[in-house]
Amino acid sequence: MTGTSPRAQVAIANLERICAEELQGQYELEIIDVLEHPQRAEDEKILATPTLIKQLPPPLRRVIGDLSDKAKVLLGLEVRPQSATSPTPRAT
Amino acid sequence: MTSRNAEPLSVEKLRTGISSLDIIAKGGLPKNRTTLISGTAGSGKTVFGIHFLAAGIQLGEPGVFVTFEESVTDVKKNMHSFGWDLAKWEKEGMIAFVDASPDPHIDTVEAGGFDLGALVARVQNAVKKVKATRVTVDSLGAVFSQFSDQSMVRGELFRIASALKGMGVTAVLTAERTDDHGPVARFGVEEFIADNVMILRNALEDETRRRTIEILKFRGCDHQKGEYPFTIIPHGGVIVIPLSAMQLSMKSSDVRISSGNKELDEMCGGGFFRDSVTLLSGATGTGKTLTVAQFLQGGALAGEKCLLLAFEESRDQLVRNAQGWGFDFDAMEKKGTLKVVCDYPDVQGLEDWLVTIQSIINEFKPQRVALDSLSALENVGTVKAFREFVIGLTSFIKHQEITGMFTSTTGSLMGGDSITESHISTLTDSIILLRYVEMFGDMKRGLTVLKMRGSWHDKAIREFTIDKGGMQMGRPFRNVTGILSGSPVHVSPADIERVWRQFDHDVGDRRTPDIAAAPKDPVAAKAKRPKS
Repeated sequence: MTGTSPRAQVAIANLERICAEELQGQYELEIIDVLEHPQRAEDEKILATPTLIKQLPPPLRRVIGDLSDKAKVLLGLEVRPQSATSPTPRAT
Repeated sequence: MTSRNAEPLSVEKLRTGISSLDIIAKGGLPKNRTTLISGTAGSGKTVFGIHFLAAGIQLGEPGVFVTFEESVTDVKKNMHSFGWDLAKWEKEGMIAFVDASPDPHIDTVEAGGFDLGALVARVQNAVKKVKATRVTVDSLGAVFSQFSDQSMVRGELFRIASALKGMGVTAVLTAERTDDHGPVARFGVEEFIADNVMILRNALEDETRRRTIEILKFRGCDHQKGEYPFTIIPHGGVIVIPLSAMQLSMKSSDVRISSGNKELDEMCGGGFFRDSVTLLSGATGTGKTLTVAQFLQGGALAGEKCLLLAFEESRDQLVRNAQGWGFDFDAMEKKGTLKVVCDYPDVQGLEDWLVTIQSIINEFKPQRVALDSLSALENVGTVKAFREFVIGLTSFIKHQEITGMFTSTTGSLMGGDSITESHISTLTDSIILLRYVEMFGDMKRGLTVLKMRGSWHDKAIREFTIDKGGMQMGRPFRNVTGILSGSPVHVSPADIERVWRQFDHDVGDRRTPDIAAAPKDPVAAKAKRPKS
């Protein structure tokens, strides 16, 4: 994300809510400010902010945007909604 | 550089280093601004963008290349043929890449609002890293294809453009358009993002491709208007052919040089001017190549370097024919006073020919250039391209103070003219006509100096013969009229006498064809002569 923009704050809040609801706190999250670490963005070839990268478990997935659309975030992360029993992300 | 010393409020220009572009842009691209380069597929946008950076690097100005389309590896590979070693420059810290090309291995889902802040941060980072003053973004249209939210992309492009301005760089942004003569760019927003708009065209005309470049707008500063032909060549990149600029800067010389034939020199009032271009027009076999050979021989004798561009005959044929007239081309070539370039006219387009010929001239530095014949080149391109070729070559030759001689073949055997002539006669300084004259069952050859800018010249049509010594000038056709129209009519001496009596003050002068007796002052000579 870029700095402490409102959109970045919204995205973090959204993500933390989704993670709490769907992953029961079983996650690690690293937040990178591309204004401070542009080389990280360069290495990952990131264009849009905010971008959420799911590194583990594979496959690598990316979700861009402020994560306000929960269904899409889950789709992008390949996480089955909580209504199902599996608490961990499922690889397809 | 035009505005550098002007009032500080005016827009400063950045000399791009693409010399021909700087001419039509009147000094270069507006500094610290964004310039949109829009064109259809294959119009040379990426090459232009890279050339802009490469020319900067050669001037010691580092650059950043942002690619949304081709991968960086591909760009490096593709540009190698132009002699631009991007990988080496990258190592030297003269160029940095921002690879924003789509990666097919990464799946991306859009969930909510986003911006291109990361991209801007990366560009800023790259600019800082190499201390870039130039940035090329290739291409804006490809950004749209990477995201589904088009309105977001529109807004973000404005942000990128203003961020580029904030970085203090001069930027070139490329954009696609679907049609050579339609809207400026595909998404209808690109032209509003940039301060300046240039259009590259690659139009198909009469089965040949013709590239042109046009500066559509330069906010707040001057530029040349209209389309200019350009070409893209290996080890050269983008070369614009700026017609108007070349014409403006021509010098003029009053030094006379020999045509290689004493009588012809006399007919021209003492020879050709140093920086003049002479057009030789005649039907096939009237002695055009001979006149050219004579012109080259004359140069070689005077110790000048001569260049012959032959598009009609092979080298062996030329050498053999010249031998027949007593000129030893082989020996002249060995001595280094002559260079003969023979090629098929169709091997490349006219724009490329112009660039090729210019580079040959720059390398060999001749004082005389002969081209045999223009008519052979006429069919290579469109009428417009041909005219531009002739303008370009003529002004280039004059600019270098080279004496030029072009030949042009007329279609009909007797009299007549050709398209070549009607297009270029106003561009050349002198025109010499070679014509067949049919008299009492014999074909004779006639020569006349039709036009000679800034000089007195003989108005008579002189007979000449060709033998082992080359061209032998004979007497004027005094008792024949209608040679130029192709239907010579024999006139009795009494009729001629009667006609010339009407200009009684001039009769004496006219009836003595002795050129040496002509008045020294060409202006006075002209005034005394009747208009014929």
